[in-house]
Amino acid sequence: MSASPVIAAFRQAIGEGWAGGAGPLLPLGFLIGAAVLVPLGIGTDTDTLRALGPGLIWALIALASLVTLERLFQADLEDGALDLWIQANAPLSMIAMAKTLAHWLVSGVPLALAAPLLRLLFQAEATTDLVREVPLYLMGSLGFFAWGGVGAALAAGIRRSGLLTSFIVLPLYAPTAIFGAMALLDGAGEAAPLFLGANMLFALAIAPFAMAQALRLAAD
Amino acid sequence: MPSFWSAFANPHQFFKLTHRLAPACYALGGALILFGLMQGLFMVPSDGAQGGDVMRIMFLHVPSAWLAMASYLGLAIASFIWFIWRHELADSAAKAIAPLGAVWTALCLITGSIWGKPTWGTWWQWDDARMMSVLFLFFLFLGYMALRAAMETRQKAARAGAILAMVGAINVPLIKFSVDLFTSLHQGPSVITADGPKMASVYLVPLIASAIGHTLLFAGLVMTRMRTDIRERRASQILVRQETPHGL
Repeated sequence: MSASPVIAAFRQAIGEGWAGGAGPLLPLGFLIGAAVLVPLGIGTDTDTLRALGPGLIWALIALASLVTLERLFQADLEDGALDLWIQANAPLSMIAMAKTLAHWLVSGVPLALAAPLLRLLFQAEATTDLVREVPLYLMGSLGFFAWGGVGAALAAGIRRSGLLTSFIVLPLYAPTAIFGAMALLDGAGEAAPLFLGANMLFALAIAPFAMAQALRLAAD
Repeated sequence: MPSFWSAFANPHQFFKLTHRLAPACYALGGALILFGLMQGLFMVPSDGAQGGDVMRIMFLHVPSAWLAMASYLGLAIASFIWFIWRHELADSAAKAIAPLGAVWTALCLITGSIWGKPTWGTWWQWDDARMMSVLFLFFLFLGYMALRAAMETRQKAARAGAILAMVGAINVPLIKFSVDLFTSLHQGPSVITADGPKMASVYLVPLIASAIGHTLLFAGLVMTRMRTDIRERRASQILVRQETPHGL
């Protein structure tokens, strides 16, 4: 009953995401907690908050995705799973991608689903547009997680690498944040969601190979 | 081709080549920078449309902007060569380029801010795509150095650095494109175009001299850092050999 190594890694990562207590609630809690801090800093003016909302949401999703990354590959390095993957009869890039995708399903999707609620918190009008924004958050967060996975793989062999991972992937987050915030703005044109999607596909095309190279390095 | 490249690839040849080449770069580069600055600061007329005398910072700003971009390209190429052929000198080059590139990128940002304050009325112009792109370039350099510094061994630092530099280089056009789009959306005050074909030759000559001078200085510093790096590596090899008990 040996499943393909890619599927096995995917399943294991899903299980891992739920293990250790909080699971997806932790990044979600971080997202909401950080969002609540914002009005404390910039005041309660409705118009200001409404204007800042779209940009803040993307910055907060970016930060929340960063805090989940540190352990993405470290446990696999420590318990030897990584060595098995390298010897497995499947491309390491696909295994790494499956792992990242599972991680995104557990930690990223809840962020995308919670984002419209945070928009309400920032005084956005409660219309169906908020629900239509969910696919944008899904695409954007997947872009974040793909590049974040590269950073996590590069820093997998380093102890307490959270800050380093965040630092090296932040410049790679800029296009996603820009396209994402543009897609939320009124009158920004029809193109922004397409750019966001293209940006995600680009990340999905490049990141697996970079992750595979980085994981081989970490396993040495 | 092989004979040309092997001159760079062989550390011994590299030492022979750079023994005179690096000082020559310093001398010629220093002279050109001096010429460019003298001309730029004292000889050329100031241009009121560019903010008066403050535009003279151009002779420092434009060369540093050119080097900021060229040095990241150099870092990416050196990383690529190391990644494919595993040639030690390419890694020495990448390691040497990174901090120098970061310094020139910072210089570009600082001189740009100083120029921006009187002309645009602000130290930092979010509307200017060039400032944003260069800032991200700066972060890419810092991230590269931070990652290298965190690795336990030289070999791991080289590999991780090469992967990050290549991923960064692939992303640079995308970052540039998205930042351009971002700034075109937030159309601000009309941005001055300091560099353009319309520029009078009285400015162009010292500017080009200064740009070539900075490039030569950069090249000389890279060579010196590479020589130091190779010597350091040899010294640590000798130490390892001495510490290893005989018979092993």
